[in-house]
Amino acid sequence: MGNNADIRVVVAMSGGVDSSVAAALLVEQGYDVVGMMMRLWSEPTVAGGAHNRCCTPDQMSDARRIANKLGIPFYVLDTQDVFRSTIVSFFIEQHREGVTPNPCLECNRHIRFDYLQRNALALDADYLATGHYARVAQGDDGRFLLKKGLDDAKDQSYVLSVMGQEQLSHALFPVGEYAKPDVRLLAERFGLPTASKKDSQDLCFIGDGNYRRFLNEHAPEMMSAGPIMRRSGEILGTHEGLPNYTIGQRKGLGVQYSEPLFVLGMDSARNTLIVGTADELGSSELTAKRVNWVSGETPSEAFRAEVKIRYKAKPMPALIEPLDDDRMHITFDMPMRDISAGQGAVIYDGDVCLGGGVIERTREVVALA
Amino acid sequence: MSKRAIYLDHSATTPTDPRVLEAMLPYFNESYGNPSSAHGFGRKADRAVEDAREMIAKIFNCKPSEVIFTSGGSESDNLAVRGAAWDARRHGKGLHIVTTPLEHDAVGKTAKQLADVAGFEMTVLPVDHDGLVDVEDFAAACGESTTVASIMYANNEIGTIQPIAQLAAHAKERGILFHTDAVQAAGQLTLDVQALGVDMMSVSAHKFYGPKGVGALYVREGIDLVPSQSGGSHENGRRAGTLNTPGIVGLAYALKLAYDELEQHTQHYQVMRDRLIGSVLTRVPDARLSGHPERRLPTHASFIFNDINSDMLLMHLDMKGIAASSGSACKTGNPEPSNVLLALGYSREDALSSLRLTVGRSTTANDIDYAVDVLAESVEKIQQLGLGVR
Repeated sequence: MGNNADIRVVVAMSGGVDSSVAAALLVEQGYDVVGMMMRLWSEPTVAGGAHNRCCTPDQMSDARRIANKLGIPFYVLDTQDVFRSTIVSFFIEQHREGVTPNPCLECNRHIRFDYLQRNALALDADYLATGHYARVAQGDDGRFLLKKGLDDAKDQSYVLSVMGQEQLSHALFPVGEYAKPDVRLLAERFGLPTASKKDSQDLCFIGDGNYRRFLNEHAPEMMSAGPIMRRSGEILGTHEGLPNYTIGQRKGLGVQYSEPLFVLGMDSARNTLIVGTADELGSSELTAKRVNWVSGETPSEAFRAEVKIRYKAKPMPALIEPLDDDRMHITFDMPMRDISAGQGAVIYDGDVCLGGGVIERTREVVALA
Repeated sequence: MSKRAIYLDHSATTPTDPRVLEAMLPYFNESYGNPSSAHGFGRKADRAVEDAREMIAKIFNCKPSEVIFTSGGSESDNLAVRGAAWDARRHGKGLHIVTTPLEHDAVGKTAKQLADVAGFEMTVLPVDHDGLVDVEDFAAACGESTTVASIMYANNEIGTIQPIAQLAAHAKERGILFHTDAVQAAGQLTLDVQALGVDMMSVSAHKFYGPKGVGALYVREGIDLVPSQSGGSHENGRRAGTLNTPGIVGLAYALKLAYDELEQHTQHYQVMRDRLIGSVLTRVPDARLSGHPERRLPTHASFIFNDINSDMLLMHLDMKGIAASSGSACKTGNPEPSNVLLALGYSREDALSSLRLTVGRSTTANDIDYAVDVLAESVEKIQQLGLGVR
């Protein structure tokens, strides 16, 4: 099988179909493959007895069984403490500040492509492989490129936009070259369980996926009622805790008004929900912080590219201006209705992901505060 | 680099001795009768079972009728502790059980179950930093209502050997039934029940180069255990279930070989163990030996390192072909510190940084040297990368 036998690859396994197929492909390609599963922190049990969605004994035994079938070693890495202290606390803190964080971005930044990757390299591995739909390529200058997965509908490069050259140089995404239906066919061919599992790992640590209940239990103080206000200061009603709302939300506000109202933002300092009419909603600008440039170099001047402001959003044309302090300013060609602080603003040049940052609070809300 | 495979986990299980395997084979498909049957096929199997019982009785220095065959150590422990406890209740005796924090769960959880759901009282004795039980503490814990005591002969995690004869002698004076879990001790220490003075004793074949799934319980004549498993009248009504003829033959033969060759094996074990302990303590910074420095099993070495996640260490060792274990080893990545190590006074962090290496008949000096090289390298790697931090 060539020289791949001398290349050790640790594959992050979840028991799901994508990472299982990733592992099987690597074995087929003759690599020295080692399976590893992270035991992440999740709520012990949810009221009513529902089980955790993440790292259940079932998922672990699925992953172990698949590793055994593939004839590769399998280890479970205890990642609970670091996950709880970085991801779960961050999630609660961000909500406290009135922003809606994207834990998957932070998990890839701090856990998967840091803690797990360091563990893999310490085991003499050359690469960490995952079941993400994305691709790694090398440019003419030798730099590593992060590219969208071949299946545009499944592309997960958004949550990988935190990766730099070092991480990419030790990363493999074997299923990124395939479309999801083909991955299912591969699973069948490899004799792997093809049971459909949730694709999104969003909020894997929340037992029932209900983050409002989670915040109610873990940070009840931030779920207290407060005023619903227009930017003019006019009070229209009472909200039931700011984390219950998202930017652009129209339904469920419980406010009577002459025209439809939308959530414009949250003023967490005053525990106030700010609403407005459709023409007040939306902005064509944002700033983002903690910006990562995949190339490792901050562009020296403003440039045009496409930007995604949510995992499932369409990339939209914009002008990107790099700022100091790892920040950037983005001006879209068209106004965007649902720019949400805490989500990633991820930049694309065609199918190449150039990097991204975390969206800061929008100007409108800050102005009022 | 060529892959090596070095097995240093003989406390978990041992390979079946080829001589034992050969002795067992005819009882699978030649003399396959049910020992309880009244025909020739059955008689052949029955003879093998009773020959096995005699062989074991010789080593235990007891009557053959005092040996009950079971499915292994856990069943033997359950039958002894629960059986004796229910018998005490049946006769209106006291309902107090004395045990230690070192016990295997088969004893510890059985005693706890009796306390939780059946109204028994349970005392867990203190142990010192080396894992020794003090006879005075035992004496102090035993009261009027104490009817059963169960104390492990030698511990699986730390290798410490208890003064069983002294403890059992005290129990005898007080009229307390004394059980010992000798699963780890069997094949290495004397199993003479008269010298030990115990009333009940558990062993399991796969710990001394016999097959898995078969064990025995010594029960002194006159003790009337309430069976854990009810059914047919096998084993004089003390343990229902068709006898596992090949397993029983294997158990007896493995035990006989272990004691026929005891001196030779023990010497080898000790040389290997001491080489291992010596070089680990020299080569790995801040390594400490856990358990008693002298009163420990000849095969057993156990260590505490400085902030080294045991599971991570085991993973590194496994990748280099070295099979080891830790008190907290856990397949789910949700490690809980070993209760044994906590009872010895180790901190939670220390208890999560433990490693057990147990040598066997086939262990060579070369194996030990390689294992220690890899261990020292792995510990350094984990420490350097700051991966041991929890």
